[in-house]
Formats: sequence, C-alpha cells, structure tokens
Amino acid sequence: MMAPQAPAEPLISVEGVHTYYGKSHILNGVSLQVAPGEVVGLLGRNGVGKSTTLKTIMGLINASAGRIVYEGRAVTGQPSHKLARIGIAYVPEDRRIFRLLTVMENLRTGLDRHGVSEAQKKKLLEKVFQYFPRLAERRHQAGGTLSGGEQQMLAIARAMMLEPKIVLLDEPTEGLMPRMVSQIREIIEVLHKDGVAILLVEQNVPLTLAASQRVYFMEKGAVQHHAAAAELSVDHPVIHKYLGV
Amino acid sequence: MSLSRHARTYWIGFAVIVGLLILAPLVLPEFWRRFLTEILIWGLLAMSSDILIGYTGMVSFGHSAFFGLGMYGAAAALLTVKPPNLWLAIVYGLAGSAAVALFVAYFSTRLRDIYFAITTLIFSQIFYVIIFTWTEVTGGENGLAFSRPGFGIPGVWTTPFTSTTLHWFVLAVVAGSYLLLRRLTQSPFGMVLQSIRENEARTRAIGYPVERYKMVAVMLSGLFAGLAGVLYALQNRFAAPDFVYFVVSGEVVIFNVMGGIGTLVGPIVGAAFFLGLREGLSRLFPYLATSFNLPYLAEFPYLVPVGLIFIAMVIFMPQGLLGFAKRWLNR
Amino acid sequence: MEIPWDIIVIQTVNGVVTGMILALVASGLTLIFGIMDVVNFAHGELFMLGAYMGVVTLAATGNFWLALVVATLIIAALGAALQVVTLRPLLGRDPLYTILATFGISLVLQNYALWQFGPVARKIQEPFTGQFALFYLQYPWYRLLIAALSAAIIGGLYLFLKYGRYGIWIRATTQDRVMAQAMGIPVPWVHTGVFAMGAGMAAASGVLFGPLVGVNHAMGLDWVLKAFIVVVVGGMGNLGGSIAASIFISLLEAYASIWVSPSQAIIVSSVVLILTLLFRPTGLFVPTPK
Repeated sequence: MMAPQAPAEPLISVEGVHTYYGKSHILNGVSLQVAPGEVVGLLGRNGVGKSTTLKTIMGLINASAGRIVYEGRAVTGQPSHKLARIGIAYVPEDRRIFRLLTVMENLRTGLDRHGVSEAQKKKLLEKVFQYFPRLAERRHQAGGTLSGGEQQMLAIARAMMLEPKIVLLDEPTEGLMPRMVSQIREIIEVLHKDGVAILLVEQNVPLTLAASQRVYFMEKGAVQHHAAAAELSVDHPVIHKYLGV
Repeated sequence: MSLSRHARTYWIGFAVIVGLLILAPLVLPEFWRRFLTEILIWGLLAMSSDILIGYTGMVSFGHSAFFGLGMYGAAAALLTVKPPNLWLAIVYGLAGSAAVALFVAYFSTRLRDIYFAITTLIFSQIFYVIIFTWTEVTGGENGLAFSRPGFGIPGVWTTPFTSTTLHWFVLAVVAGSYLLLRRLTQSPFGMVLQSIRENEARTRAIGYPVERYKMVAVMLSGLFAGLAGVLYALQNRFAAPDFVYFVVSGEVVIFNVMGGIGTLVGPIVGAAFFLGLREGLSRLFPYLATSFNLPYLAEFPYLVPVGLIFIAMVIFMPQGLLGFAKRWLNR
Repeated sequence: MEIPWDIIVIQTVNGVVTGMILALVASGLTLIFGIMDVVNFAHGELFMLGAYMGVVTLAATGNFWLALVVATLIIAALGAALQVVTLRPLLGRDPLYTILATFGISLVLQNYALWQFGPVARKIQEPFTGQFALFYLQYPWYRLLIAALSAAIIGGLYLFLKYGRYGIWIRATTQDRVMAQAMGIPVPWVHTGVFAMGAGMAAASGVLFGPLVGVNHAMGLDWVLKAFIVVVVGGMGNLGGSIAASIFISLLEAYASIWVSPSQAIIVSSVVLILTLLFRPTGLFVPTPK
C-alpha cells in the first residue's frame, strides 16, 4: 500500500509541535497537513492527543516547540480571535455553545464581522437555516434549552458563520443518536462541496473513512501513520493497531 | 546533635541578624532606634497576616481590626488596673484580638477567596465605626492615652523601659513569635494549611475538616496581630482609631507582597522596605523642592511613588523580595 | 410612639436617590467583576476623580452637562489605560494579584488627588436650583433628577448588553471566554472596553453626586465599601441584583439614620451583609442559590 502524497500546497501545516501540561509531555512532535478543501481524518485512542492537536492549532494551547503554518504564514502562538478572523473555525468536543445566548445570538458571535455587508449576512443566515431547519425554528430560544443534537448543529452552524477555509471538528458525533450521525455526515459533505477543508477528529471509524480523503493515525502524542481513506476498511489491521483495545 | 548544612547556615544567619538587632539601639540615634522598633512591630503584624495569605491561601484585609483590638485591649488594662501591669496589658490585648478573630473566623471561613477578602475588609470597617463613635469607652476620634508600664512583676519589682530596653523586649517578642510560627508552619498542622492553600477541594476530599483548620488559622493570625497591637501601644503610649482603618490592613498586605508571601520573615523585610521608602521619600521631596525651587513638590505624597513601586512589584516581581528564598526559609 | 410619617416619606425619597447613585456605582463594579473576574478596589477613586474632573470642567466651561460628559469620557479613557497597563499582564494569574494591583492603583490615585487638588473640599454647582414642597421640607428637584438620570444610564447599559453587537460580545465573553475568542471576538479588548465602561459609570456618579456633598480626595472610600456590600448582597455579577440591593440598603440606612448618626448607619448595611453571608451567600436577590 502506497502512502499518499502530502499535499503540495497545504492550507495548513503542523510541523513538529510539542505541548506540555505542567510536566506532562502531551504532544510529542505532531506533524500533519491539510490541503485546501480536503477532508482529513485524525484517528487514535482516547488520550493520544487528538483534541490537544486541534486546540493547539486554534491557539487555545501554546506550543512549546514546532510551527503551525497557515496559507504560507507562520501562525504559531497567535491568539485564537485572530485565527478565527483569518479563516480557521473550531467546533469543540463538548460543543460549548453559549448557553445563555439565543440561537440567533450564538450565530451572531460569528456573523458580526468587519467587511461583511448586511446582504451577505442575510444570505449566510438563510443558507445555514436551510441546512439546519430545526435551528431556524428555535432561533429565539436560549442555547441551553436545545437538545444535544441541536447543540451540535448550532456549534457547527456557528462555525460556518465565520465563512472559514478550514473547520477543526472535534468528535462531532459523540453522544449523538445514529440518525444525527448521518446528518453530521451530510454536513461534512456540504462543507466539502463548498470548498471548506475539514480536520476531523473522531472515534467513529466508518464515518471518518467515508467522509475523509486521507486519514492520520496518532499514538503517544505523535502522528504514527498516514493513509488514503479509500485504501482502508473498518477491519483493516491498521485500524486495529491504533484504535483496538 | 549534628545539624544539616542548611540548618547550620540558617541558624547562624538568624543569630547574626538578631545579634545586629540587639546591638543596633546602642549605636543608633533615638529617632532611628524607635524607627527600628516600629519596623519590628509592623513586621510582626505582617508576619501574622502571612499565616493566612502565604500558608493557608486566604487574603485578609481585616488585620487592622485584630491589631486595633490588641492596642485598645492593652489600653484598657493600663487605664483601668493600677498599678499599670505589663503582663495584664498583654493578656487583655490578646483577649480582645482573640474575640474579634473568633467573630471574623466564624463568619468568613466558609467563604472563598474574594468574598473572604471583602468580608474581612467590611468587618474591620465595622469595628472602626464602633471604636470611632463609642466615644465614652474608646475615646472616639482622639483615642486613649496612657502611661507605659514597667518591666517586671508589679508589686514586687519593676523597672521602667528605656527606648533601648523596650526595643530589646519587642525584639524578644518578635523573634520568639517568629520561631513559634515557624515551628507551627512546619508541623503537621502547618502542612495541612499549606495543602488547603494548594488545593482546598482535594484536602477536604481526603477528609480534613477544612473549615476548622481555617478557623484556627484565622485565630492564630489574629492573636499575633493583636500582640503586635499591644507592642505598638507600649511603644507609643496611645491607641487611636486610625489604626483600625482599613488602609492599615491594606498596608499590611503590601508588606506581605513586597517582602514575599509564605516566608514568614519576608513580611518583616517588606515592612522595612516600605517604611524605609516612606522615610526616604518624605525627606527627598522637600529636599528636591528647595534645591530646585519647585515648591509644589514639597508636599508630594510618598504614597504615589511607593504605590507605583508596589504595582510594579505585583506585576513583575510577585514573589517579593525574599520570594527566591522561599523554599530555603521553609525547610 | 407617634409614627413620624413625614420623616419616613422624606427618608424614603432620600434613600431612593442615594440608592440610585449607589446602583450606578455598583453596576460598574459588578459589571467589571462579572465579566473580568476583577475586584476593582480603585472604583471609589474613579468615582472621586470623575467628580474632580467635573469640578475642573465646570470651572472652565460653566456648563454642568458638558462637565458630566467630559468627566465620564476622560475617566473612561483613564480606566482603559489602567486596564491595559496593569491588569492585562495579570490575566491568568491568581485573582489575589488583581485585587492587590487595583488596591495599589487606588492608593496612587487617592494621594495624587490629595496633592493635586489639596485637602479642602470643592463644590460642584447643580445645573439648576429649584425645590418643591415635601411636607415641611423644601426638597430640591435636582435630587430627583439624579435618580432619574442614574436609572436612565443603567437602563441604557441594560439595553446595550441585551441588543447591541458589542453587548453580545460582552455576554459571550462572560459565559465562555475561550470560545468567545475562538469565534473571533477580541476578548482582551472586550475586557478593556468593559473596564472603561465601569470607570465611566463611576465617574458619572461622582459628578452627579458632587453637588450633594463636597468633592474631596477621600470621598471614594465610603462609596467603594458600600458598593462592595451591595455587590455581595446583590449577587456578584448580577446586575439586577446590585440595583435591587443598592436601593434596599440605601433605604435601610436612610430609615436607620432617623435614629442613629449617619456614620453608624453603615452598621446597618454590614448587618445585612452578615445575614446574607450566613443564609444566602450567593446573594439576597439571586433566585436560586447555585
């Protein structure tokens, strides 16, 4: 099996990133790339550092060594609000919508940006409400009153408000019913068709393999293996190696 | 008994410093003699506050209440019991501050951080108002004046204090308090306090009655603060409500932070630093005013530059002057 | 004993007037605490400096309203500068250090004011005189104006928080600072803005209150103490609670001062504080203790 080529002009490139939590060495030289418009999966057991990788890219955690390069510029150490404004959106694993804000207000946190005309904002809102009709119905409800699945939708919709070039999706299907899982699958499709790149951290292997073009496998705080999704199947030995019990 | 190298260095250092402090009043002019004694007294007050801030992790803005009650307690003894009795003054002062400490401890120990700080602040203001307005008992705004008792056993033999012998007495009390507090912080009790500072929830989960430990810490802190108040009363022969005002509490916290919290001896250094700056600046500005003919500079308040230095230290040097030696001093 | 109804009504009015000013001061304090977790010990000094700015501007222009606006803006700018220089470096550290830093600021500002303006109190002239008869008293209209204006400012703040774009930013930052930042909200500047707003509100209170008492360097101390009591009793970070608590405590003190001297009236508020801490430590006006 041939390892796929790393993209020639990556949208985002993580190079040898190390992070610590107190004295614990969490990320041990993580390197990966995502091309523009590509859906890339990040698989591994619990605790290997997948979420930490996303958080470090988003500037929520400081890298103590290594670089993160976005559109050819080094962005390591930049505060997250600057990253959000240049096109990196983050959907955390516990959703973290603003519970006391309404659905509309949650969306507005991403929608109210400089250089976006009122007409553009209306279009964006319409588009998002088309994909998430349930959110449209509940637009004046407080975020905390939504069900788990609806909150996940809101978290993704909120990220879409930023019109990002890449979305960092952390375990979107965790705790969701199967019906919602397929909805997530559709959203990822839609974003991919729109040309948005996605770095997808997941425990759900079939979903990841179906949605991604390439998959990275992490273990012990580093990327250990890299394969094209098309060449993998659910019971492939690589899957067992990095995700098996 | 063989001592570790650390212990030997520590005790030699201690002996040297105490020795210098014993000799100092013999060579210093009167003003600086009294100044040194004052530093020791404020240092004791700041040290008492360190028990809470540095070792238990509770910031108190109410130490002026303990200090003030110690002062007024001593005043009460010296004014009501004849002949004026040194030991009775100490007992009354400690009793007064213990009572206040009990009151404060009861209400505040269930509160976390900021609430505790604000509550102690407000309580000390309550005591200020009571003392300020209860003129018949406390002399109100003017305070109380009394004479200094002699050292010895009243009725049997006493000798009056000179400023030098008073200094030695204060030194003995402060040094003794330091040694006692050091012993306490290194005891199992002290270890629990520090564990409360590190992680209160975990300490509680292990099974320690955290509230009770906190209450004891507050009482301990209050007692030594009251002792400082008694010493101050002895030194200056008056008690005034100004010392119960919350600004005094604030200055105590400043001494702690400037000197280094959690070191016990750091606050004394902090007090010396602050009071030294105050003296120096109070002389500097009038001098600059006359030298450079800038009359408005003469009244320039020392607290502005001192306050700025304090803020700078909070930002850039939060561990304080002795913070680097914190581990060493606590071994 | 005959109930002195007229005095009670007068004291009620007085209590509401003082309560509204206290509410304005406390709102700024609770806003800063709720959003930034900063206990602003210097709040009383911002109040005091606002009053002094009012004095200075009034002397220069003769226009009270201009003085009010100018003082508010200047102190808001001062607040922003203070936050950027001293509080931003402390972000993420133990909250003790922000308390200490703001305490240091309060010392510096207070003593600077003493040096700059001297110990003698200054007066701010009210924008209009004119009184109406309230029982046996000639009650100044100006006092009612203060209450109305304070209510208007607080009302404006509420609307701003609820509907404006920046209001959403502030509320999002309060709920989840990290996610707010991940959504592109420039959290450090939100903090600066909030601090500036709180400072401006304190300054406005100072100017409004100025005509009632003399303006002097120590006027901030009493207010900051009362404001802290209000913020604790009303529930830290709870805007509605602070307002309710301000009026509640001011009314109690107004009634109490029928019988005791005003300086002892603080004991009343302190007793309320103690009772609150004992039985409802999250705040008297908070619906459910969390």
